[in-house]
Amino acid sequence: MGNLIDVLIKLSIATVILYFVIKILSKGFDKITDMIVAMDKEKNRKLIYLIVGILLVLPFLLSRYPYILRTSIMAIMYVVLALSLNFVLGFAGQLSMGHAAFYGIGAYVTALLMVNFNVPFLLAFIASAIVAGIFGFLLGVPTLRLKGDYLAITTIGFGEILRLVLVNWVEVTRGPAGIPGIPSPSFFGFTINNNIGYYYIILLLAFFTVFVSNRLLNSRLGQGFIAVRDDEIAAEAMGINSTYLKILAFVLGAAIAGMAGSFFATFVHYVNPDNFTYMESVTILCMVVLGGLGSIPGVILGAIVLTVLPEALRGIALYRYAIYGLLLILMMINRPGGMINMDRLKGGRKDENSRGSRSNKVLRRSYSSR
Amino acid sequence: MLEVKDLDVFYGGIHALKGINFEINEGEIVTLIGSNGAGKTTILNVISGVVKQKNGDVIFQNEKINNLTTEKIVELGIIHVPEGRRIFTALNVEENLLMGAYLRNDKKEIQEDLENVYELFPRLRERRTQMGGTLSGGEQQMLAIGRALMSKPRLLMLDEPSMGLAPIIVQEIYETIEKLNEERNLTVLLVEQNANLALQVAHQAYVIETGEIVLQGTGRELLGDDRVRKAYLGEE
Repeated sequence: MGNLIDVLIKLSIATVILYFVIKILSKGFDKITDMIVAMDKEKNRKLIYLIVGILLVLPFLLSRYPYILRTSIMAIMYVVLALSLNFVLGFAGQLSMGHAAFYGIGAYVTALLMVNFNVPFLLAFIASAIVAGIFGFLLGVPTLRLKGDYLAITTIGFGEILRLVLVNWVEVTRGPAGIPGIPSPSFFGFTINNNIGYYYIILLLAFFTVFVSNRLLNSRLGQGFIAVRDDEIAAEAMGINSTYLKILAFVLGAAIAGMAGSFFATFVHYVNPDNFTYMESVTILCMVVLGGLGSIPGVILGAIVLTVLPEALRGIALYRYAIYGLLLILMMINRPGGMINMDRLKGGRKDENSRGSRSNKVLRRSYSSR
Repeated sequence: MLEVKDLDVFYGGIHALKGINFEINEGEIVTLIGSNGAGKTTILNVISGVVKQKNGDVIFQNEKINNLTTEKIVELGIIHVPEGRRIFTALNVEENLLMGAYLRNDKKEIQEDLENVYELFPRLRERRTQMGGTLSGGEQQMLAIGRALMSKPRLLMLDEPSMGLAPIIVQEIYETIEKLNEERNLTVLLVEQNANLALQVAHQAYVIETGEIVLQGTGRELLGDDRVRKAYLGEE
C-alpha cells in the first residue's frame, strides 16, 4: 500500500512537471510552425539541403555510438511507416487501425522469398510492396462503405486476422517461432552488412516517401483528397471520384508500409508475429496524430519523437511507459491538432496576402483534423 | 435540354418519387417547389447520379444519362450545388473554386473562369486566401455557386440557395442567379422552399407533394394560383 502511494505521488509530481514542460514545448512548436510558414522558396530549399546534408553525414558522426545509430535507423523507418499511414488517415481521412498488418505482410513476403527461394533483396522488396498494396486494395474496397468507428473496428479486425494467420499457418510462417536467418540485402554483388549501409537504405526510402507525399499533396489529386476528407458529398458533386481516391490512399499507404516491412525483415534478420501486433498499429497511429494529421513535417517529427522517447526514457526503467503515456495524454490535451499543425496558422492569421503568395504549398495545403 | 421521364425512386420500402415527369428547355429557370420531404432534393440527386432510380429515364441533350457516374454527369455539364452549401472548410476560397474545375484540364480557361467568378462575386476576390470555414453564410453560398460555375456547367442545379440566409443576402443571390441566366444563358434548375421567391424568377415551375407533381405552370401562373397561395405562400 505504501508503495502504491509512493508511486502515485511520484506520478502526480511528474504530471505537473510534464504539464509545464509541454506548455513550453508547445510555444516552441508554434515558433517552428510560424517559421516554416513564413519561409520563402529560397530559404525553404536551403533548409531542406541543410537537413539532407546532416542526415547524409550523420552515420559517420555516430559510428562510435552504435546504439544511437541503430535508434536513428528505427526512427527513420517509423518515419516511413507513419507517412504511409498518413496517406490513409491524413490525406483521405480514413481511420485505419490495422496498419501494422501491411508492415507485417511486407516483412513476411521478403523473409519468405529470401529465405526459401534465395530471391535477391530488390526483387523481394518490390514483391513486398506489391503484395502489401494488393492487400491494401482488398481491405480498401469492402471498407469504403464504412466510416469512423466502424472502419476502425474493421481495420483492427483485419490486423488481428493477419496476426493470427501468421501465428497459426505454421507450415509457411513457422508460427510463433518466426523466420530467422533472413540474409542481408545485397545490391549488384555488394552486401550490406553494417548499420551504416542500412541507414542509407532506409534514408533513401524515407526520401522517396516524403517525395511521394509531397508531390501528391501538391497535385490536383492531393487537393481532391482534402476535399473528400472535408466533405465527401460536396466532393462527389464536383465530380471527384471519392471511391477511387480512398482506394488509392489505401493501396499507396499499404505498399509503402510493405516496403518498410521488407526493410525491417532484412535489418533485424528475424521476423515473428509479435512484431506486428495491434500495439504496433496504435504506435504508428499515435505518431501521425501526435505529429499533426496530414502535415508532412509534423508526421516526421511525431515518428522521430515517439521512437526516440521510449529509448531516452530507459534511464527511469520502471516509469518509462507511465511517463510515455502521460506525455501522450498531456500533449494531446495541449495540442489536439498535433505538434506542427498547419491548419491553425492557415486559418486564423492576419497577414492573409502574404500567405496567399507563400511558396511552400505543401505546408499551406497541409491541414489537420477538427 | 433535360427531360425527366416517369421517375420512380424507392428508399427501402418508401416510395419517394412516384412517376415524376418534367422538362427543362435551354436558357430557362425551372423551379421545383414543395414542402419538406416532398422529394425535391431526391430529383436533383437522381439527375446528378447520386441516387439511382428504380424506373424512368433522365435524358440530357437527347442522351440517356441514367447509368452514368456523377463524374461523367459533371463532365457533361450538369452541376449540383448541394443543400447547405457544403464548401470545403479546410481549403481557402480560391482552392475551393479550383475544386470546381477538378475534372477540367484547360488551365488557361480555368484562370479566365476564375476571373469571371471573381467579377461576379467581388467579395470572393477580397477573401481569396481566407479559409472556406471562416466565411459568412452568404459568402459561403456565393462560394458554392462560384465553385459550381468553375465546372463550366450548362445546367446549374441549386438546392435551397436561400436556406438560412438573411433576406438581403437572399435577394443578392437571386439577382445573381437571374443575371447568370440572362447574361450567360445558363439553364437553372432551382429547388426551393421559399416558393414566393422561386416563382418570381422561374420561367417554369412545378409543385411537388409526396413524390408527385401536383401542379405546374409558369412562375407567374403559379404565383396567382389559389392553391399555391394557400399552401405555400401562407395566404388565406
